[in-house]
Amino acid sequence: MLYREAGQFKRSYEADAAIFPIAQDRWAVIFFVAILFLGVPLVASEYIYQAILVPVLIYSIAALGLNILTGYCGQLSLGTGGFMAVGAVSCYKLTTAFPDMNLIVILLLSGFITAGVGVIFGIPSLRIKGFYLAVATLAAQFFLNWLFNKVAWFQNYTPSGTLTMPPREIFGTLVTGAEALPRDRYLFCLVLAVVLGLAACNMVRGPVGRAWMAIRDMDIAAELIGFRPFNTKLLAFSVSSFYIGIAGALAFGVWLGSVETAEAFDINQSFQVLFMVIVGGLGSILGSYIGAAFIVLTPIVLTNFMVYGLGFEAVTAKHFEFIFFGSLIILFLILEPHGMARLWQIAKEKLRLWPFPH
Amino acid sequence: MTIDSQTKTDGNLILEVENISLSFGAVRAIVDVSFSVIEGEVLAIIGPNGAGKTSMLNVINGFYHPQEGQIQFGGEVRRQMRPYQAARGGIARTFQNVALFKGMTTLDNIMTGRNLKMNRWATNIFAAAFYVGPTRREELRHREHAERVIDFLEIQAIRKTPVGRLPYGLQKRVELGRALAAEPKLLLLDEPMAGMNLEEKQDMCRYVLDVNDEFGTTVALIEHDMGVVMDISDRVVVLDYGRKIAEGTPDEVKSNQAVIDAYLGTSASSATA
Amino acid sequence: MEVLHAVFAAPFLDMADDPVFFLEVVIGGLMSGVMYSLVALGFVLIFKASGIFNFSQGVLALFAALTLVGLMTGTMPFSLQKVLPEFPPIIAIALTILVMIGIAFLIERIVLRPLVNQSDMITFMSTIGIAFVLEGVGDTMWGSDVKVLDIGIPSGNWVIGEMYIQIFDLWATAIAGIMVIVLAVFFQKTRTGRALRAVADDHQAALSVGIPLKTIWVVVWSVAGLVALVGGIMWGSKSGVQFSLSLIALRALPVLIIGGLTSIPGAIIGGLIIGVGEKVSEVYWGPLVNGAIETWFAYIVALIVLLFRPQGLFGEKIIERV
Repeated sequence: MLYREAGQFKRSYEADAAIFPIAQDRWAVIFFVAILFLGVPLVASEYIYQAILVPVLIYSIAALGLNILTGYCGQLSLGTGGFMAVGAVSCYKLTTAFPDMNLIVILLLSGFITAGVGVIFGIPSLRIKGFYLAVATLAAQFFLNWLFNKVAWFQNYTPSGTLTMPPREIFGTLVTGAEALPRDRYLFCLVLAVVLGLAACNMVRGPVGRAWMAIRDMDIAAELIGFRPFNTKLLAFSVSSFYIGIAGALAFGVWLGSVETAEAFDINQSFQVLFMVIVGGLGSILGSYIGAAFIVLTPIVLTNFMVYGLGFEAVTAKHFEFIFFGSLIILFLILEPHGMARLWQIAKEKLRLWPFPH
Repeated sequence: MTIDSQTKTDGNLILEVENISLSFGAVRAIVDVSFSVIEGEVLAIIGPNGAGKTSMLNVINGFYHPQEGQIQFGGEVRRQMRPYQAARGGIARTFQNVALFKGMTTLDNIMTGRNLKMNRWATNIFAAAFYVGPTRREELRHREHAERVIDFLEIQAIRKTPVGRLPYGLQKRVELGRALAAEPKLLLLDEPMAGMNLEEKQDMCRYVLDVNDEFGTTVALIEHDMGVVMDISDRVVVLDYGRKIAEGTPDEVKSNQAVIDAYLGTSASSATA
Repeated sequence: MEVLHAVFAAPFLDMADDPVFFLEVVIGGLMSGVMYSLVALGFVLIFKASGIFNFSQGVLALFAALTLVGLMTGTMPFSLQKVLPEFPPIIAIALTILVMIGIAFLIERIVLRPLVNQSDMITFMSTIGIAFVLEGVGDTMWGSDVKVLDIGIPSGNWVIGEMYIQIFDLWATAIAGIMVIVLAVFFQKTRTGRALRAVADDHQAALSVGIPLKTIWVVVWSVAGLVALVGGIMWGSKSGVQFSLSLIALRALPVLIIGGLTSIPGAIIGGLIIGVGEKVSEVYWGPLVNGAIETWFAYIVALIVLLFRPQGLFGEKIIERV
């Protein structure tokens, strides 16, 4: 291994409970984040921003949200797309109604509104579990999409039914609207992805996270210890929806610029984010980021390879994507249900002992 | 195995179950059972398999709701317990088939036992998201307590191990730790020694008796090992086919004919340790 | 006030106004309900026999229909050229059944066997994976454009008094009815059926009495494939074979929830309720809200049923033990 972890003793519980207890890990992460902030803007092109970096960051936030609900609290949800739509529509309505409101406030409010909606659709989870709950979340997915499509008020009565984000600034820099620089959009999303990731880490390592995991692992025993399943699950739904709502708002406002909600946030989105969480690792903060990167990159790589490399038609590549993702999910579920985050952990464990096998 | 202990046979009652009857459809799990638990004692509940012992604990816990009868605990008489009320009132529990949270480490599992002792306000979701400040202080305060339990049970080495990877005996110990972390008034143990070898059993007995002596925690345990029962319990309740067939000190119960017929067999009446 | 009237009064007045039309709508709903029931039956079978909630049932129907059309039009798989002989419907159906059995084998071997001891959530998610793979393979093999499926079920209308009833729907109902009876008998009376129920109850116990788990699973998924084929034929003949077939089939999930995961009568009744409910609400309440109530109606009803009866209308109550 590159550095030795043994011999680093902690003198206080506080040091032991830190997110990165090993000093070198902490430095590595800080270094990596610094590169993301300072190094990447020096080399990235507009295409890379728009097609890779920004969506990866936004989907990381969505994956964090779904991971909190499904990975940490064990409540399977197939309604992610619908909740992203709530975030996007809230953002749209708020910013068009209050053009002077700070964008961060708008995002937070969109998150809270989505959290509220999430709680409503989470109420059934008190009584139902597993795939029953998954079907109930499908109700959210289809109903919400239909609602935003059919009720013209949500679209501010535009005839085309498309929501367009007006230009908005943060600290004097445009981050939404057609004129905003890709680099600025990227940095804005990066800040949010880092902050929200930290918040998630904190929530998960404290009493709230333990409550979620207790409900996930053995909800009956948890209840007998004194956890309140209802409150815990609803909290998971609301925090998860908060994250997913912000991701939806960002996807609409900062990434795409204009959306037709039924198309952009349909059931395929729900599956995509679910795949991110499975591939990345259920119950892992790091896994949410890895999964998002993987699922966003794969179609791009595949399409480039198949269409430009091998000369297939675009539509065939799309079909192949389905096969690829389906097989990937099955493969991960068979080989490593805890996803790439676990593979990374195993790699680190092996590296610790390298070159000895055990 | 002989351990010296102060035998309690009278004192305040911490728990009284009266005329409890519990059925699942046509299956009558418990039929008109009444007994009491004296504060500070170690009570053993014994009986053949299917006698309704675990169901009885589940009723006390509030997981099962009896069709008849009432439960007197903490100065209140209730037709049924709710799990939250039982936990709040100071009842902690271990389970027959180790019900640990397999996805978490030993330390985290024990910390879940501190759940009810934590300040709700200091650890609400917003404080938790920031972690520094109230949440961190609460967390560290209770971490200290959890560590004391870990020291007491001598499981420091497996503190950070995910419990799913631990051998069965250690899992049972961690489960005891989780129950102890809640600083319970009444500790319900469901076959805490099952599947253990002699040394492990001795350790467990020591922990149970220490907890009972030092903190005055009342213990009610279900156990099949008669040696353990005779040695560490102050009183014994015997169930058979959902009914209580005897209650008294270990010696009284040992020589009770009904108990011998149902459960002990004739050779046990001359068993020592 | 106007809104209240429009929602709670007017539709019922409309119904009373033209009872014949209302009856037509209801009957039409029952017919489409039968088709939902067919797909739901496939779900129930797999769940009863393996405890697996098979998300890919709808895609199985789509794949079966695609294969059938491909065989009947003499399409060469993967190249989409019509160079092979066109099989007559009977032979094509028989061949498709063989294909579905082959798929059942593959699924058992590649997905189910490795996942034998995993939790329900994981097996459920693996069926989502299967759905995606089948979808992709189906599209790649046979192309994703809309196809016409015609195996000779008579069309046209049957006129009773003032009512128009589609002959096609009558045939579909009859076929579905026969299917259900055959399946019910199979489950209750035959040895294999009993073995299936044993496996659904407890894998380990079934293994220990010598029931060959692997064979059972192949049988179950083949039967489900057969049911999917029938469902696919019905839906496909009615509205063409295309991707949206799997979405419609997805609506059988709420049917399942409403009826109860383990109940064959539940699947049937649930399907009928949803079929009628969707049609009636679309026709009478649809215009109020610009239509497309059908996209979410089934799910919301399932949600409401779950709130009051988590095990569905006919399902078994789950007793938890600690």
